[in-house]
Amino acid sequence: MKNLLEIENLETLLHTGDTPVRAVDGLSLEIFPGETFALLGESGCGKSMTALSIMRLLPEVGEIVAGQVKINGADLLQLSEAGMRTIRGKRISMIFQEPMLSLNPVLTIAEQIEEVLNQHLQLSKDATKKRIQELLEQVGIPDVAQRMHEYPFQFSGGMKQRAMIAMALAGEPELLIADEPTTALDVTIQAQVLDLMRQIQQRTHMAILLITHDLGVVAEMAQRIAVMYAGEIVELASRHDFFQHPAHPYSQQLFASLPGKQKRDQALAVIQGSVPSLAQQFNGCRFVDRCNQALAICHNTIPQWYPVTSDHQVRCHLYQQNAPEKLPIDNTNQCITTLDAKSNTTEEALLQVTDLKVHFPIRKGLLKRIVGHVKAVDGVSLKIVSGKTLALVGESGCGKTTIGKSILQLIKPTTGSVRFRNQELVALKRSQLRQIRSQFQIIFQDPYSSLNPRMRIIEILREGMDALTIGKKNDSKTRDQSSNYSREEEINALLRQVGLPVEVKWRYPHEFSGGQRQRIAIARALAVNPELLICDEPTSALDVSVQAQILNLLKSLQNNLGLAFLFITHNIAVVEYLADEVAVMYLGRIVEYGRINEVINHPRHPYTQALLSSVPQIASNPDRHIIALKGDLPSPVTPPTGCHFHPRCVSAMPICRVTYPPASTFSATHTTHCFLYPHEQVS
Amino acid sequence: MPFSPIILWTDTLIYLFVGIVLFLIWHVRRNEHLLAPWKRVGHSASGMSALTVLLFFLIAGLLDTIHFRPALDHTAPNGERVYSVEVLSVLDLLVTPLRTNMEKTYSAPLATHLYAKETIELPDGKQIRIFARLVYGGAHLQNPDIDHANDIIWRSAKGLMAGSLVWCLLAAGLIIFLSHRHQEKFTPTIAAILQRKTEIPWYAILITLLILLLIIGCGTALASHYHVLGTDKVGQDILYQSLKSIRIALVIGTLTTLIMLPFALLLGIMAGYFRGWIDDVIQYTYTTLNSIPSVLLIAAAVLMMQVYIETHSELFETIAARADLRLLFLCIILGVTSWTSLCRLLRGEALKLRELEYIQAAHAFGVSHWRIITRHILPNVMHIVLIATVMDFSGLVLAEAVLSYVGVGVDPSMMSFGTMINAARLEMAREPMVWWALLSAFIFMFTLVLSANLFADAVQNALDPRRRTLKQSKRFFQKPDNKEQTPSKLSQAIKPTGSSHQP
Repeated sequence: MKNLLEIENLETLLHTGDTPVRAVDGLSLEIFPGETFALLGESGCGKSMTALSIMRLLPEVGEIVAGQVKINGADLLQLSEAGMRTIRGKRISMIFQEPMLSLNPVLTIAEQIEEVLNQHLQLSKDATKKRIQELLEQVGIPDVAQRMHEYPFQFSGGMKQRAMIAMALAGEPELLIADEPTTALDVTIQAQVLDLMRQIQQRTHMAILLITHDLGVVAEMAQRIAVMYAGEIVELASRHDFFQHPAHPYSQQLFASLPGKQKRDQALAVIQGSVPSLAQQFNGCRFVDRCNQALAICHNTIPQWYPVTSDHQVRCHLYQQNAPEKLPIDNTNQCITTLDAKSNTTEEALLQVTDLKVHFPIRKGLLKRIVGHVKAVDGVSLKIVSGKTLALVGESGCGKTTIGKSILQLIKPTTGSVRFRNQELVALKRSQLRQIRSQFQIIFQDPYSSLNPRMRIIEILREGMDALTIGKKNDSKTRDQSSNYSREEEINALLRQVGLPVEVKWRYPHEFSGGQRQRIAIARALAVNPELLICDEPTSALDVSVQAQILNLLKSLQNNLGLAFLFITHNIAVVEYLADEVAVMYLGRIVEYGRINEVINHPRHPYTQALLSSVPQIASNPDRHIIALKGDLPSPVTPPTGCHFHPRCVSAMPICRVTYPPASTFSATHTTHCFLYPHEQVS
Repeated sequence: MPFSPIILWTDTLIYLFVGIVLFLIWHVRRNEHLLAPWKRVGHSASGMSALTVLLFFLIAGLLDTIHFRPALDHTAPNGERVYSVEVLSVLDLLVTPLRTNMEKTYSAPLATHLYAKETIELPDGKQIRIFARLVYGGAHLQNPDIDHANDIIWRSAKGLMAGSLVWCLLAAGLIIFLSHRHQEKFTPTIAAILQRKTEIPWYAILITLLILLLIIGCGTALASHYHVLGTDKVGQDILYQSLKSIRIALVIGTLTTLIMLPFALLLGIMAGYFRGWIDDVIQYTYTTLNSIPSVLLIAAAVLMMQVYIETHSELFETIAARADLRLLFLCIILGVTSWTSLCRLLRGEALKLRELEYIQAAHAFGVSHWRIITRHILPNVMHIVLIATVMDFSGLVLAEAVLSYVGVGVDPSMMSFGTMINAARLEMAREPMVWWALLSAFIFMFTLVLSANLFADAVQNALDPRRRTLKQSKRFFQKPDNKEQTPSKLSQAIKPTGSSHQP
């Protein structure tokens, strides 16, 4: 087969610091017409820079210093900028990660697509209009004639990504570069978009270069896979080979660090450390410092390509012909002592939330009259037993985070009660709350904005202790000098507990990587000895390998300290790994609630079923059937009447449009709100 | 006593300001982790060069701040000393010939003759119109047409020599000091400076210093016999006016900022942080204030002030005291009217910051509002404050010029860049043009504002912890052997003091 795209020894430098960063370092790959080629790697390994180098859209500081990028034999790097413009959008198109940022907010969708058409195809005005309609219909936008004249803000996230795809398809490209096309989208929307991309590919025989960090997406989409690490490709394989027999230790370790149900009782295998700085010259294998099978040769010789099978190549010394005997892989995951020993703790509720409602008023006009409410949380009840984990699952915008914050009283709930150890929190004043604040803490999603960049770690950790006067001895005389001393000891202990060296307390947050920052955020929460930790998507901003480190840390903390977690997430795999109980949320309400096994193995609510089926799976499962959901999450300002889910539900009945279903109980712990199941008589 | 010290209102505030700065320096020096970023300011070549220039301006300004009344020769009938009504400053004393050597009217820089023809009566009774000789400028020359150029070259050469001599002494002193401190021989120290390997960019500083000293030396040598920058309409030396204007510019720049900052900081952050009715009240206040043209507001306030001063003339012993009070009120009024833009900026930033997760985390710890504002929000808006104040500094000096034009600026008896520009403006339309007054005002102002800007830039770069890694890696790249030491030295140095400064 003739190659469509051929990249040879591409080298891209980024002149950001004083030493240039070798973002892409000698990368070669081929893409055949009509195939989906996945470039897989963690953040910062040069995936996006590869894509931008192909398009020659590098930022100011970027520079391609060597290599060839050939499309059908023509070298793109030799073209003039004007020549390049006939390629972009016409032969190679690109879709980006953030659909919100890649559409111009002041132009209508039709105008933006028209721009591409005018650039590449000489069409008459009517033909252009017809083509725009066609394109938008092709990507499944309903009611095209009207919606094409709308502005991006009138589109939802998934719709915007569809419009982006339509725009990318406008020039009928031979190659579509999709840079993390679904990372910013929810699971159900992701399933829609991936499905759409597959359909379009079948219809147009366009090649797709899919750039992603998500193994699940790769497993669903790609035919061939290249694993990228620190600026170079380390493994090249077909999908089957890659998922059956990953060859490179990095790939193997990536698989091992994925959380999942089977690994519940053990610690996840972690890849130590983080991606090395690309500003240095490498003398050996780039992965050697994090590899669990490193040989002596790996430190001083750069590995070449070695074939595993005919179309499976790997850049690793282990596959050398006369390779030294493979070391036994140390994959014996040390078991975390299971909770069974402790599970005889009393089932007393640590936190009891009853009928919590958080409505944000929408004000309008000069006098700021209230014209409506955003019903972010609309009657939620949940219970957390001490030492257990409750996972709150749902798509973005369903009110998960609001629940977390309103439990902490960072957002005042509208009505309802939050009882912590039989103390009502809702009506408490700021000063009264302060006395019990130490017992429940929060960890945020974004480790970059959750630490004050102007404070050193020691000050960050001390803040909570000082504010809540933790660790103060009752004896006020000995307080001054010795408490300072003991407090520093305490901080040292905390840092050791989260696996950081003690010296880091003198540094500022920007000197740490995402995973380390998240550890610091955890240490800050632990500083006040809480009993309940609300984790608001603590791993969703992290790479898989770092995610495993944080999940292990959280799990061991739970076992050692008996912490209870309210784990807010949209990542089902994490839920399966960590949670004892699951609450599935949809548009401000909990639609299904139960023990982990009950919900994951026997989902009852159609939404839960659809959500679970939409999660991309690594293991190919022939029985698997994706329940495609129509449309997007409705606005919480005007939730649908009756069951909130009925407009998207495949098994909606007339009654669903009228009243909200009462709870149906399957076991003492498993309930759902759906008319499909007989609901118990209220006792 | 041969003089009686006078402390004017603005003097008090300047002393207070200097005191605060000294206290802060003392405080920072005691805390290693606060000192570390300031040490990085010292590593910026442009910043340190700018500071060198700025220091000369500051010295001139401070010398001009120490006021006194010299004693007169005669005594009062009751035997007490009588002091002059004229308030002088140390700077006046130092540059006495400049102050006292008054010509009749305009004269060009380094000229020997007036710039305007005048009718002179010869001894024989005839009248001729010629360019008359200056009373002081080049008065020592017998035959100005022949000797003039030579004399200037000779004098400037002497000045340059003196300047470089002083520079050599200073440089030698520095080298001795440095080699003593690092306990090295002289040659490696000199080599390090020449190869720009020192931590503090002594090379750049010395070059700046050399240029400055040459200019000063040259100027001093010429100033004793010429008007280096010419004279103005009433024959006053422009160089003297420019030197006197430095203090006014510094006073207006710093005091106004000091008056403005509390308003802007407190109100801006409060509005953004608390939202709700507090935000509404503050917003309405500054929108209202902003909607009144500030020149009119200032003019109204200054005129009221002027009336008060004139009706209560018995309150002021000297003209200087009166002019000074007017200056102070000008600063206050400028400060009160100019906080709105910074306030709006800070409100926006605080609105953004209050939603950030570290603030939320602080709420979750029950940290008090005041502590969140001072520990979390304030340090994170300081870069805006720093940029805005330095930008305002030049803006305020210019605003003073505009106000002087309208007639509500500083007292006419005071010399400021504004009044200089204003006076020069009238002469721009004249033929031949009088250009030197405007030019020297501009050069002085430009140097002052530029060096303040460069220095502020260096400070901002160094104080922002997010930018630091880049800077450090730079030095590491140039001097690979030093990298091992820096972090360990830092942490060692921090540790003992770190525990001792707990509140």
